[in-house]
Amino acid sequence: MTMSSTTGRPIADDPAVTLRRRWMAALARTERTSLEDAWSGLAAAPGYAHLRAPEIGMVMVRGRTGGTGRRFNLGEMTVTRCVVRLADGRLGFGYVAGRDRRHAELAALFDALLQDESSRPELMERVILPAEAAIRRAEDVAREKAAATRVQFFTMVRGE
Amino acid sequence: MYVAVKGGEAAIANSEMLLAETRRGDPALPEIGTAQIASQLSLAVDRVMTEGSLYDRELAALAIKQAQGDLLEAVFLLRAFRTTLPRFGASEPIDTARMVVRRRISATFKDVPGGQILGPSYDYTHRLLDFSLLATGGAPADAPRAPVDPGPMPHVLALLDREGLIEPERDSDAGAPVPDVTRDPTTFPTDRATRLQALARGDEGFLLALGYSVQRGYGRNHPFAGEIRLGEVEIEFTPEELGFPVTIGAATVTECEMVNQFKGSAKEPPQFTRGYGLAFGHSERKTMSMALVDRALRARELGEDVEAPAQDEEFVLYHADNVEASGFVQHLKLPHYVDFQSELVMIRGMRAAAAAGAPTAEPPLRVAVGED
Repeated sequence: MTMSSTTGRPIADDPAVTLRRRWMAALARTERTSLEDAWSGLAAAPGYAHLRAPEIGMVMVRGRTGGTGRRFNLGEMTVTRCVVRLADGRLGFGYVAGRDRRHAELAALFDALLQDESSRPELMERVILPAEAAIRRAEDVAREKAAATRVQFFTMVRGE
Repeated sequence: MYVAVKGGEAAIANSEMLLAETRRGDPALPEIGTAQIASQLSLAVDRVMTEGSLYDRELAALAIKQAQGDLLEAVFLLRAFRTTLPRFGASEPIDTARMVVRRRISATFKDVPGGQILGPSYDYTHRLLDFSLLATGGAPADAPRAPVDPGPMPHVLALLDREGLIEPERDSDAGAPVPDVTRDPTTFPTDRATRLQALARGDEGFLLALGYSVQRGYGRNHPFAGEIRLGEVEIEFTPEELGFPVTIGAATVTECEMVNQFKGSAKEPPQFTRGYGLAFGHSERKTMSMALVDRALRARELGEDVEAPAQDEEFVLYHADNVEASGFVQHLKLPHYVDFQSELVMIRGMRAAAAAGAPTAEPPLRVAVGED
């Protein structure tokens, strides 16, 4: 079982948590504009209230000595968080690097909507999968350009 | 005696207006945008984020613009801004083994799993001015792509670790609190986590000079660049309300692992030792310098004599921060009129005594009082 090194608590091997972590990652890493488009594309935008209005703060980013050793504080990162409650009572959380309040709010809204199993398949299809594909595409481009700079060593044999 | 003097309000207001005009430069030229700075002066942004201790490309770019490109002033601006924000908590430790690697080189092994990947680097350029950049408009050709090796790209030092040839680096106490130099006063002797945070925030020029001094023999520790890697890592944070870590975004980081000469004892056979560097953005010189100084500062722990400046933790940690250093040096510009008056009185007295043939007394040590 994976333990959270921050809280020391086990990260549940609960598939529901795994799935939620997956969509929250996609919502945080995608462009705000794509979430804005998806939001305005909803058949009926749900009513919601802020449980925590979008708030800008920081998270201290930690590294490990030698990459695998003890933790140390590297430096902070700006983060915006938001918690929403939909009319049906479900809560959605948005934690997004940077200072884009609307992005955090939209991430929280989609987090709440995705918890509803009836609307989840469509939202996964329309919002999460394209976001993941875009992130993966950008990473693939970076990896492929890096791969082109990989050194191909060759040895020159002199004499017999 | 402390004498309060008022005045200069109008002069200061006008100075700030003149500064704004000077910063803008020739109004006939287009104003530089922060997006351009973030995108095209990205290494300056990386340095400001690292030493400003805040990962936010847009804010670092704004600081650089506001500071007219004075990077230390920009670091100061970013540091000041971060004090206005609440801290939600600390991230999970970043996993550099899972980095989307854009550059990865090892100076210790030619053939490493995953290969030598040069990435975007100035190392192989001729350092001749490129006059084509004087002209604008032409976009560079797309960088070529190649198929990606699907195999793993392990940390090079893990290969040495597997054979027991290097000191292991494990998290032996995962629940231990992590020291924070921004919250707790530094007490000596320090632990390595404290030093690494201070070095990560430390001035690149200062650490570069110290690292260089180590190489030249002041605390020599025989370094090899075991691995340098650059790329993007996901940042995970565990919100208290949720209790499980969520990815909040990604950050570019540079990591440098130095391999240094041996430590052994009667009980343990000799092993290589390590120095570690980590920084935001593409900060290669910084992380290499940091790793050299990190290793030098482990002298006491590794049973070495502390003889050189780079091994002296008080010297290094008290002078590495360029915001503190810049503040104290530049405070000399503030009025010291009364202090200096007392020196004038003293020197006139000493000269009068000398002219009268009295024996010259040693001047008393200057004691900082009053305006300081």
